[in-house]
Amino acid sequence: METLLQQIINGLSLGAIYALIALGYTMVYGVLRLINFAHGDVYMLGAFSGYYLAHALGLDGNPSVLGAIVVTIGAMAFCAIVGMLIERFAYKPVRHHPRLTALITAIGVSLLLEYGGQVVFGATPRFFPQMIESRTYALGGVQITNQNLLIILVAVVVMFGLEFIVHRTRIGKAMRATSYNLQVAKLMGINTDRVIAFTFALGSALAAAGGVLVALAIPRIDPLMGLMTGLKAFVAAVLGGIGSIPGAMVGGVLIGLMETGLSATAYSTYRDAVAFGVLILILVVRPAGIFGSTAVEKV
Amino acid sequence: MLELSGVNVFYGGIHALRDVSLVVRPGEVVTLIGANGAGKTTTLRAISGLVRPTSGRITFLGEDITGQPAHTLVPRGISMSPEGRGVFANLSVLENLEMGAYLVRDRAQIREDLERGFALFPRLRERMKQKAGTLSGGEQQMLAIARALMSRPKLLLLDEPSLGLAPIVCQTIFATIDEIKAGGTTVLLVEQNAHTALAHSDRAYVLETGAVILEGPAAEIADHPRVRAAYLGE
Ligand SMILES: Nc1ncnc2c1ncn2[C@@H]1O[C@H](COP(=O)(O)OP(=O)(O)OP(=O)(O)O)[C@@H](O)[C@H]1O
Ligand SMILES: [Mg+2]
Repeated sequence: METLLQQIINGLSLGAIYALIALGYTMVYGVLRLINFAHGDVYMLGAFSGYYLAHALGLDGNPSVLGAIVVTIGAMAFCAIVGMLIERFAYKPVRHHPRLTALITAIGVSLLLEYGGQVVFGATPRFFPQMIESRTYALGGVQITNQNLLIILVAVVVMFGLEFIVHRTRIGKAMRATSYNLQVAKLMGINTDRVIAFTFALGSALAAAGGVLVALAIPRIDPLMGLMTGLKAFVAAVLGGIGSIPGAMVGGVLIGLMETGLSATAYSTYRDAVAFGVLILILVVRPAGIFGSTAVEKV
Repeated sequence: MLELSGVNVFYGGIHALRDVSLVVRPGEVVTLIGANGAGKTTTLRAISGLVRPTSGRITFLGEDITGQPAHTLVPRGISMSPEGRGVFANLSVLENLEMGAYLVRDRAQIREDLERGFALFPRLRERMKQKAGTLSGGEQQMLAIARALMSRPKLLLLDEPSLGLAPIVCQTIFATIDEIKAGGTTVLLVEQNAHTALAHSDRAYVLETGAVILEGPAAEIADHPRVRAAYLGE
């Protein structure tokens, strides 16, 4: 019972990270029908920009919660800009080309960030400054670290914030219209180019938050860290139903739970395979995912 | 009010519009008829800014709007109900109508226009909270027209509003077009249902493989032997 609870807490905090990243995949897919394969690398850039910012602010070796907040927000802002630049210079020029062109472009951007990252940051892992002193609370027999708590808390706050933006603001309304039908959204007077740029900015900022949060808990960061995590978050988005915001949240948490669940068994070496097994299963059983619609158009 | 001169549109290698010239005067209802693939939708898409002509000029209220992006034409007074209606299926009827007023900041004006839309199509008021995707085809068409009116257009573009509708619903739609005209909005209509459309129009253009082959007062076009043979099944 206690181990189960322990696994659930670990799974939730891992899943919260997947969910933060999955949201970016799903929102971009929503407006552009594009799988932004570079998104996992934006998560990596989030961790690295946080790393450099923390050093620049002299926070290395000086734990400070305020510092952690500043670094997180700084990394989010930096990645928001990177996300918009990627859209503007890589995806926008091929927007009216066949979808395969955009997909290949996305893979190209991803490789550019991964190997460009190795050139700029070096291939050896760096150690993210521990701005929040690690504490472990014992609740009954369950161990929970303050970092895990922070990850879950931030993820929940961010998701409520996103929910608010998407459902209560003008730009959110425009995002929804654009993802239902881009052409018709234009006919409503919506500047869809701006909506697309905003979507990239928002998704990238969420990924950056994920990157910094992970680095606070697991300080080893390297330029390829976005590869596996990005793929798993992508599977989470597909599991939830690509294009669906609640789907990305639920999908992320489910993948996190399954992965930690498996880690606790004799099959723990297969933990990375969970996501891919799930991917194959959804594609066979229910390609639309949990929240995906299979709406039929009326003629 | 609207003038196209020598407009050409290509989709890749397909020459969809060939030197199309046409005029719509204030207060008119003008119909564009033509067979499938003649370029009717493309003409409307060029006017509303969804496709960019490779050559030619489009002027609206005396200003050159050629190649202007669609979203900038809505505040200038052009609104379109697209082919296939394009309602936001996952949004409610009310939310769809509010989307039509996306650029309107004045809540009072939106309320007033909602009332006007519901007066035009009482059915929409009953279905206000329902998801647009669950409406019947005719109701979706009503919604698409009502939504297009929410921006208070000076020129309304309607692409095949009667497509696939039962005769009685068709009548409602055309009666509404008469009302819209009476309210002072200019209408450019694309229709396959040539007979009815011409009866509700002032003037008409006939398109064939991307070019205008006939134009004139609606009654004359309806009487033209070529039109009678090709579109009126006589
Ligand atoms: N997006 C597109 N890409 C390529 N070709 C297109 C595209 N849209 C239209 N066309 C082509 O352009 C021509 C004109 O099409 P358009 O849709 O304007 O015809 P239409 O008169 O509206 O026909 P319908 O009555 O069937 O709606 C057709 O030959 C069509 O195949
Ligand atoms: Mg058409």
